[in-house]
Amino acid sequence: MRRAIGLESVLALVLALALALVATAPLKAQVADTVTARARADSVRADSVLEARTSALAAQLRCAICQGISIQESPSALAREMRDVVKEQLRDGKTPDEVKEFFVAAYGEWILLSPRPRGLNLLLYTLPGVLLLGGIALIVVLVRRWTAMPPDGPSSP
Amino acid sequence: MNWGRALTAAAFGVPVIGLLTWGLTRDPKFIPSPLPGREGPAFALEVFAPGLPPIARPVGDTLSLQRLRGKVVVVNFWASWCLACRDEHSDLSTTALRYADRPVQFIGVLYQDRIEPAINWIGQMGGQTYPSVTDPRSRAAIAYGLYGVPETFILDAAGRVAHKQTGPITAPILTRIIDSLLSTMNGMAP
Amino acid sequence: MMGPLGHGALLAALVVVVAGMLVIPIATRRGRRDWLAVGYAAVHTNFLLLTVAMAAMIVALVTHDFSVSYVAQVGSRATPLLYTVISLWGALEGSILFWGWVLALYASAVLWLNRNREGHLVPYAMTVLLGVTLFFAILLVGPADPFVPVSPVPFDGPGPNPLLQNHWLMAVHPPLLYLGYVGMSVPFAFAMGAMLAREVARDDWMRLVRRWMIVSWGFLAAAIVAGMWWSYEVLGWGGYWAWDPVENASLLPWLTATAYLHSAMVQERRGMLRLWNVNLVVGTFVLTILGTFLTRSGIISSVHAFTTGAIGYYFLAFIAVVLIAALVMVAGNSEQLRTVGRLDSALSRETAFLANNLVFTLLTFTVLVGTLYPLFAEAVQGVKISVGEPFFNRMSLPILALLLFLMGVGPALPWRSAPAGVVRDKLVPPVAGAAVLVVVAFLLGSRDPWALIAMVFVGYAATATFREFAIGAGARRRAQGESWPTALVRLVQANPRRHGGYVAHIGIFLIAIGIAASSGSRVEREATLAPGDTIVFGDVTIGLRGVWGRQEPQRYVIGATLELRNAAGALIDTLAPRMNFYPTSDQPVPTPDVHSTFTRDIYANLQTFRDDGTAATIRVIREPLVSWIWAGGGVMVLGALIALLARQRQPEVA
Repeated sequence: MRRAIGLESVLALVLALALALVATAPLKAQVADTVTARARADSVRADSVLEARTSALAAQLRCAICQGISIQESPSALAREMRDVVKEQLRDGKTPDEVKEFFVAAYGEWILLSPRPRGLNLLLYTLPGVLLLGGIALIVVLVRRWTAMPPDGPSSP
Repeated sequence: MNWGRALTAAAFGVPVIGLLTWGLTRDPKFIPSPLPGREGPAFALEVFAPGLPPIARPVGDTLSLQRLRGKVVVVNFWASWCLACRDEHSDLSTTALRYADRPVQFIGVLYQDRIEPAINWIGQMGGQTYPSVTDPRSRAAIAYGLYGVPETFILDAAGRVAHKQTGPITAPILTRIIDSLLSTMNGMAP
Repeated sequence: MMGPLGHGALLAALVVVVAGMLVIPIATRRGRRDWLAVGYAAVHTNFLLLTVAMAAMIVALVTHDFSVSYVAQVGSRATPLLYTVISLWGALEGSILFWGWVLALYASAVLWLNRNREGHLVPYAMTVLLGVTLFFAILLVGPADPFVPVSPVPFDGPGPNPLLQNHWLMAVHPPLLYLGYVGMSVPFAFAMGAMLAREVARDDWMRLVRRWMIVSWGFLAAAIVAGMWWSYEVLGWGGYWAWDPVENASLLPWLTATAYLHSAMVQERRGMLRLWNVNLVVGTFVLTILGTFLTRSGIISSVHAFTTGAIGYYFLAFIAVVLIAALVMVAGNSEQLRTVGRLDSALSRETAFLANNLVFTLLTFTVLVGTLYPLFAEAVQGVKISVGEPFFNRMSLPILALLLFLMGVGPALPWRSAPAGVVRDKLVPPVAGAAVLVVVAFLLGSRDPWALIAMVFVGYAATATFREFAIGAGARRRAQGESWPTALVRLVQANPRRHGGYVAHIGIFLIAIGIAASSGSRVEREATLAPGDTIVFGDVTIGLRGVWGRQEPQRYVIGATLELRNAAGALIDTLAPRMNFYPTSDQPVPTPDVHSTFTRDIYANLQTFRDDGTAATIRVIREPLVSWIWAGGGVMVLGALIALLARQRQPEVA
């Protein structure tokens, strides 16, 4: 295992170096045309930001024709088109909440994989916390009680 | 431990079993659409299958929902690969013909399909009386919250969704809803 | 022919089970060994009869006897033999038959292995097991009868659900799942039997429960991992866990069983937590039935839920009966279930186990609430909502991180009380391991915060665990002059249960690393290629050789052949992601193909294709360390096997 990790890390380093070289090479070549290069770099960066925002939002939306997986994950054609809609709307300046609202208007609350934390849904988010606090309190009480028992009291065989 | 605690435990168990019993009476596959009562999302889509006279529209024409205000609009999403669409096809075609002289527009929207197999399918099924349009990149399907095909939306003269049918629709359902929408239209007319 | 035979066997089994349930307790109470022998014969006869019924079903499936309702439902002449046989568990009735058979097998095996044990425990435990069997026997002659005669006999059937005949893992995952699920009835039977026999105060039954719990736990662990693998290989999205209700249903009893395997140690050592442990055993069993209910009643829409009518009500009634019986028994035995131990110190392994149990309970509760909440919301508000992956991830990741942390702390803390020096020596050095792993992960490109947090805790816990092995083996080596391998083997032999547990922990570490790496550093790309086109994807070049179609007996297959080449241009693998078109299904079933290595998987799925074969859209996903998850599953099973090496009556010494 160690060996394989070593190889992988060497490989990753080599790849990273190679990528860095590849990434900087075109910039060097285009010194004369800095403006274009910068604009291009900006648009690439904007693309990758948009892609990341799309992915994050698409992971929150349920694929309508699959079972329980998001449109980010689903390989189905409809899911990919839904993902395109997400991307377009984000590009047009809609906020993630507005995009969600669009899908809720078409599909209902069902489309959200994570229920909105409000109203009754708050139960879903708070109950585990209540159990955790209650459990901690119970353990503290029990441990105190059990450690307070006399050492020569009943004990295990 | 005593009987009191046993009762406390039961107090948690009984509601859960009650909830599950209630759940058995529900269909998990049925997800109600939020659309009925709201305005149907606008679309303007291109005709690829003209339909038959008298309700035909030329291929390449754009059918815009906006321009159909004042008419009852039946939007049927279908595909050639969809098995259940075969069941409803003749009911849709004959009903569309029956309302040919009334302010009613039937539109077929092709879902996740290509034109050639769709036209072949229409031929195999003995023709489709009303026009069908393509839905590039499923934009209309998504706006209408489609889960699969067939699904049918019936819009009133004001463009509001009056009914959503998941699965094959039948002539009696179509007639009942169209008639009731037409009669309210007449009632409101001066 | 097979129909009446199978049906007759099931009816006979029902009679035999009822007879056994009546005879065994009466014989035990009256001390009649001859009657007891008759009752025990009923247990074995039941197994025989269910074997006949299952064999009849397999013969009917293989010979395409469509006069049998189940065969008419899932059979098809075109289906290959393997998938014909395993369609035994491809739909409701057959899976209940298989469940009944596994249960009968367990009952017979448990009885045979304990035939010489004195006392009332075994007879009462057998009575409880027969009671559970009775429920399934009723299902099999009632709402889930697989042998209903069909008339007129159809010439052919639709074949199994396409998703279930698309991969060989379907031959592996369900039997493992049933062995794990059904096996949880045995600890339940012993716990209930001990209370019926009024023998709870003796710890004899505890050892039996623990042994059988380890068996079922191992099967269930293997089943869960095999299920993840199946999802990964079949569903086409490159993931393995989606918090689908069915997946949750298999996870829940595994969580409570795991909690039990830890807290049982506290009871064994210190006589504490008796009541809690009984609750965990009963709860685990109820969760297996609840899980079956969720997947078999059609109450929740899910990947492989089977839908049917009335059977859900039978399950609910059974759950109610089990809960009532358990509550009555526990309340009636409350005196003997009282805690008698004491703690020497708050800083001890006992406390770590209490924390462990709290965290497991919390996780079980969170997953259960999340799974049932959509139903609750619909009942209260009339609105359908979803509770899916983002919710479960957000809620469970902190809990899982906490569990990983406890896995580093627990084994390091000694029983009773921990002198400050020992604690420091045990708890501080693993911090180095945590630092190393997280730095390595970061250098390898991991940027996902949760993945890095997971690495911190895995590094910590894994170092602590390996140190336990190293310190123990080192001590032996010095004391006995053994070589390292011998010392290690002897160390494990000296206390197989503890070290089996540690090995299972290592399996968890592998799975945690695999999940953190593969989900945190997943890279994917979609490309439309014409034959001859290539794309550069990370360290490989992927080229499309061609798109092809092929008619197979039961389906039509469209595939794309991809060539994977390394940086030097050498061919490393050929992948053929496909789409399978089954006549019974509107949508094609995606069939991805995976190039799997120790360090990373390249996962390819065919998204769309041109009919004339001039182009195909391919989705490729690069996920590091996925294979570690499957390996971790194997290591967990190995841990369970090591723990089972412990001789049954081994004295419980430190």
